[in-house]
Amino acid sequence: MAFTINKGTGHLSRLIIRRDRIRIPLWVIGICSFTFMVPIAFKELYGSQEQRDVMAQTMENPAMIAMVGPADLSNYNLGVMTAHQMLLLTAVVVGLMSVLLVTRHTRGDEENGRVEMIRSLPVRRISTLNAVLLVNASTNILLAFLVGLGLYTLNIESMNIEGSLLYGASLGATGIFFVGITAVFGQLFESSRGVTGFSITVLLIVYIVRGIGDISNEVLSWISPLGWVTKTGVYDENNWWPIVGLIGVSIILFIIANYLHAIRDLEAGILPSRPGRKSASVILQNPIGLEFRLQRTGMISWAIGMFAIGASYGSVLGDLDSFFAGNDMMKQLFTAKEGYSVTMQFVSMIMMVMAILATVPAVMAMNKLYGEEKKGRSEHLLGRAVSRTRLMGSFLIISVINGFVMLSLAAIGLWTASVSVMEEPYSLGTVYGMGLIYYPAMLVMIGVAVLLIGYRPRITSFIWLYVVYSFIVLYMGGLFQFSEWIGKLSPFGHIPQIPLEDMTWMPIIMLISIAAAVTVVGFIGYNRRDMGR
Amino acid sequence: MSVLQVNNLAKSFGKVTALNGVNMEVNEGEVFGFIGPNGAGKSTTIRVLLGILKATEGEAKIFGKDAWSEAVEIHKRIAYVPGDVNLWPNLTGGEVIDLFVKLRGGNKKSRREELLKKFDLDPSKKCGAYSKGNRQKVALVAAFSLDADLYILDEPTSGLDPLMEQVFQQCVMEAKRAGKSVLLSSHILSEVEKLCDRVGIIRQGKIIETGTLEELRHLTRTNLLVETKEPITHLHELKGIHDMEEKGRALSFQVDMEELGAVMKRVSQFGIVKLESTPPTLEDLFMRHYEGKGQTGTEAGGDPNGFYN
Repeated sequence: MAFTINKGTGHLSRLIIRRDRIRIPLWVIGICSFTFMVPIAFKELYGSQEQRDVMAQTMENPAMIAMVGPADLSNYNLGVMTAHQMLLLTAVVVGLMSVLLVTRHTRGDEENGRVEMIRSLPVRRISTLNAVLLVNASTNILLAFLVGLGLYTLNIESMNIEGSLLYGASLGATGIFFVGITAVFGQLFESSRGVTGFSITVLLIVYIVRGIGDISNEVLSWISPLGWVTKTGVYDENNWWPIVGLIGVSIILFIIANYLHAIRDLEAGILPSRPGRKSASVILQNPIGLEFRLQRTGMISWAIGMFAIGASYGSVLGDLDSFFAGNDMMKQLFTAKEGYSVTMQFVSMIMMVMAILATVPAVMAMNKLYGEEKKGRSEHLLGRAVSRTRLMGSFLIISVINGFVMLSLAAIGLWTASVSVMEEPYSLGTVYGMGLIYYPAMLVMIGVAVLLIGYRPRITSFIWLYVVYSFIVLYMGGLFQFSEWIGKLSPFGHIPQIPLEDMTWMPIIMLISIAAAVTVVGFIGYNRRDMGR
Repeated sequence: MSVLQVNNLAKSFGKVTALNGVNMEVNEGEVFGFIGPNGAGKSTTIRVLLGILKATEGEAKIFGKDAWSEAVEIHKRIAYVPGDVNLWPNLTGGEVIDLFVKLRGGNKKSRREELLKKFDLDPSKKCGAYSKGNRQKVALVAAFSLDADLYILDEPTSGLDPLMEQVFQQCVMEAKRAGKSVLLSSHILSEVEKLCDRVGIIRQGKIIETGTLEELRHLTRTNLLVETKEPITHLHELKGIHDMEEKGRALSFQVDMEELGAVMKRVSQFGIVKLESTPPTLEDLFMRHYEGKGQTGTEAGGDPNGFYN
């Protein structure tokens, strides 16, 4: 039943391909090029077995295993290393691709009333669903072959044809599995938001269950389909049976989706949509409450992400000194400084990187003010008894708190993980201070965002160029030997890197003053200009 | 006493002039109809009145306060419904209504429940799942939940079905009975005709006509249908006769109001059997204004005689 391809399905498949003729290639090309770049980079960075063994050592800790899964660390050749560090995370991305593409064409189209138009034509009822399944399964199969053959043609010794094809097949099978999951959810829930939300939740749960299983209980990893992906042992023992398992489960999911599709009404869900709140809660009483409510999900995701990034850096601090000893490029990045270990320098550098990263959600929270304006929602507030200063101020408060929380979580995450791996761990105060000192620089970034929204709202996104610039010149600066003033163009370049450098208050005071000044000017502009739409 | 006063208001966006000297006055307790085609400047005027856009020239005052600099004070006493209501997809209608009521402040007593029932709106649904009409209802319920002194309604019924349109009209009528003022911008002329005490017609950023419907009607033509014993001859030689058409034995035509006497005198000579006269509808009035422009296609300012052609 699930695989009867009739004329209707064929036509509808072509329609989907036509509508996604940019979207699908972008995903596939993106995933492929990303996948091919990594082993090439690894070959450059970790050319000798010695260097790779050091890398393997740093990978041998619970935090890293929870993140990327287990591997045979005694046989850490380029292939095993690539598969170990990249396969699982890429599989998650492929899963995400499937979720988004399938939701768009199932519940998304249904919600917009497009399916209804198709249904009025002489097309079989199940054709719409099966066309989506066909196109997306094919996309994943294509991706599997492209990745497999591409990796093989990189011509890296340890990356043979079987392993390469298995690498691709692992990605493709994960993708097909999530096509199935999303197709089933597409029948259960009435809104496309619900379908995307629940499918991504499954993706995360499956990832987390595998992570917990990999470090504590083997059985748990067996439950998770992403656990199966790590069991393939790509470029090592090359197990194909997890792929068979994934495809088998996917077929069952396809059949369930078809069955549910057949027994439900158009635009209805198997599960009744849960009615939302009939009245506003205590939080939703003012602009700050509204913004908090709207950004809540995004903020929680970023918070988890920042903590995880901090923790993953923290987890490698244990064997860092030996790791750097064998790597010329890293040595160049961290020229040894009298009296301080390489590890301390690394933490200082990482703090700056994480501070720049934590600026992203903070600036996003601020830029949302212009996003709301463009969507014509700001006028709902401004048309009531809310002044522009209060509206912008509400966004600023959320943004400033957001940045503070993100930066704190990254630092705390790093410290938490470092405590378990280091012989002489740093104190929380030291690590937290090293992170928090970047906060004034972040405030300048937020201030510039306010300035742009106040005076040149059309180019608010230019702030991202400044963020990226800061990242490149400060992170890569040591490598490319940029002159100092290039780094000083970024507020992050003015922060003293404590404890390596002496604490000086002058730049901190200057940055805070600049932040305050541009913010005030931004407010004046916002109070003077027209609201657009 | 005037609640809302607009004097010589001009607004330009770069080189584009959207408003070019708008004059308008809404008195206390009156429903003022604001009509004009798309792009004539209705929404721009309203957005200036709300302090969302800043006037290039002229002044806009509500309750005697400046619409731009004292926006917040003014907004505490007004209710606004936009024509195109875009809401947050992940909040429910009920949450949005409560938020809007809260943000306006004012007295605590809310007619929310009663209005939800009247407009037949489910407040537990997410705004993302609402149709255009339902989003409009959210804005209407929020606006009429609290007492306001002035209601500014910008094409508030564009997505409503006829039944809900009636509910809306009841709400406006109630507000009027309670002595509130309303500025109603609309496309639906029958609605304006039914609700409004006075009407302003805007064209190319200028108010070209203001007055009560009665006053406006005097400036235009009336429709006549005449049946006579003998066929009427040479009628078209008279001044002020338009759109003459034979309908069986009767003759239908339009007459400029100031020529009505002369025409009747002439017609009566032929022995009137039947005479029907219908006053011009607002639509006739409105179309008269715009048809001239449509034919010539020129954009050259408001032709003041266009009304009387």
